[in-house]
Amino acid sequence: TLRLICTTTAVQRKNVRASGPEKYTEAFIKKQIEEFNLGKRHLANMMGEDPETFTQEDIDRAIAYLFPSGLFDKQARPMMKHPTEIFPEQRKIQWGEDGRPFHFLFYTGKQSYYSLMHETYEKLLNIQKHQDQLTVQDLPLQKEKRNLAGSRWLSKIELEEMLLEKLSDDDYSRFIQLLQKLVALPCADIEEEYIQKFSKEVPVQLQKVVIEPLQYDERGVAFSTGEGKRKTASATAVVYDNGSGKITVNGTDILHYFPVLQDREQLLFPFQFLGRIGKHDMVCTVSGGGRSAQAGAIRLASAKALRSFVTEKEVEFMRQAGLLTVDPRVKERKKPGQEGPRRKFTWKKR
Amino acid sequence: DDKLLTEPLSHPDFFSVKELFTLKDLFDARVHLGHKKGCRHRFMEPYIFGCRLDQDIIDLDQTMQHLQLALNFTAHIAYRGGIILFVSRKRQFCHLIESTARACGEYAHTRYWQGGLLTNGNIQLGHGVRLPDLLIFLSTLNNVFEPHVAIRDAAKMSIPTIGVVDTNCNPCLITYPIPGNDDSPAAMELYCKLFRMTIIRAKDKRRQSEAIEELQ
Repeated sequence: TLRLICTTTAVQRKNVRASGPEKYTEAFIKKQIEEFNLGKRHLANMMGEDPETFTQEDIDRAIAYLFPSGLFDKQARPMMKHPTEIFPEQRKIQWGEDGRPFHFLFYTGKQSYYSLMHETYEKLLNIQKHQDQLTVQDLPLQKEKRNLAGSRWLSKIELEEMLLEKLSDDDYSRFIQLLQKLVALPCADIEEEYIQKFSKEVPVQLQKVVIEPLQYDERGVAFSTGEGKRKTASATAVVYDNGSGKITVNGTDILHYFPVLQDREQLLFPFQFLGRIGKHDMVCTVSGGGRSAQAGAIRLASAKALRSFVTEKEVEFMRQAGLLTVDPRVKERKKPGQEGPRRKFTWKKR
Repeated sequence: DDKLLTEPLSHPDFFSVKELFTLKDLFDARVHLGHKKGCRHRFMEPYIFGCRLDQDIIDLDQTMQHLQLALNFTAHIAYRGGIILFVSRKRQFCHLIESTARACGEYAHTRYWQGGLLTNGNIQLGHGVRLPDLLIFLSTLNNVFEPHVAIRDAAKMSIPTIGVVDTNCNPCLITYPIPGNDDSPAAMELYCKLFRMTIIRAKDKRRQSEAIEELQ
């Protein structure tokens, strides 16, 4: 240890930021767990419940009852959780009593990442050796293509969680390149298990939209329902077959409900697109929004209902025409320092 | 305990390191081949035997002596339970060196060397780290053909070093240089085998001596 030769009047300040995040020793965490278990039993006693069967949900309810807090942020309210959830998982001390580190790559700094690279490279060498053996025996190399479409590699954050170490982008890209090289070899089936540790299934995104079958009412007429939304308006439409083109909205005829031509055109557009203007009857209910929004909502609802009457190709045409997509436009909020969502205050030069 | 530590120091070759290799082994592993005359480093001239068709040939007699000293030194360090760190920046032999280190029970660093690993070890590696007691360079140059930073850092931290110096390397700051080829796989495998055998021998001898002490 160094001894101060020259003393200064100013006291040496402890550099708090340089010491990094707080390190929790194992003994400290153990003590916290004991205190938590004891506190749990006391709490159960206080609430008059059985200490043996006191679950985390009971604890949360009890704390919310005993310490009511009106704070907005849930994480700022008083909470009582198991210490492993509160204190983040940390690396324990990496070396034994004599000072020798446990891991052989400790002195590199990023031991888990480099050991991972080492293992992966070893698998690569294994596969190459196996390949050579097969070529020596003149056996054909297996060529079963892995299904690459349904799987993706682990993301950088997931890999960081797995290794408990920070990674840089370069490191991550190098690791992925090595994995791709491994997979590209013909005899990669041997190390399939190892590769699967780092690949994840991608759920099939295009879930086929289920088109509901036609329902039949008491008279034997086929009908189907659809729901639609636009801005704040929501509508439900019931489209009947063998009709004359009559449309009823909220009990009134469309001529009375929508005096403006544009709204009526919106309602008739799905039928006009499919060429079925005079063939269907429609009864719809709509609430919320304004005139135009209600018209849009009913249009979407009727298009959805018409899917059941029509072939798959025509459904695809409808989708491409934009009849089946929900319109995402809503009113943009006003921002502070501006008069409206986009309009700024009048700029005065002086 | 004192006797365990002082007894090996009285013999010149307590671990009989000379038996591990012969001149013929070094020749077969192509250790005598150096780089071309233009790549020659000025301080390597005493170790070079001659030049044939522009390629430098390293003097294997001197290599034998240096190698024996170096292996003896590693054996003593391993006997006393010191931490040995294998360093090299050759991508070709990275895997081989890491596997050798793992087999010995010692440590390796064949990746990008972060600046303050030795000099700033307390902060970068954790508080109260034990730094390596010996650094073995199986290739003293890094990927840009400059001397490895660890040579200078080890000299700063008073850590002894052993290094395989080729004809284009600077043997100045290395305590036990071993003039020899560091580019061919045969030579590298030979070095790895030699170091592995010495370290394992030394550790076995230590365990035997401790067992004998306990019995008495």
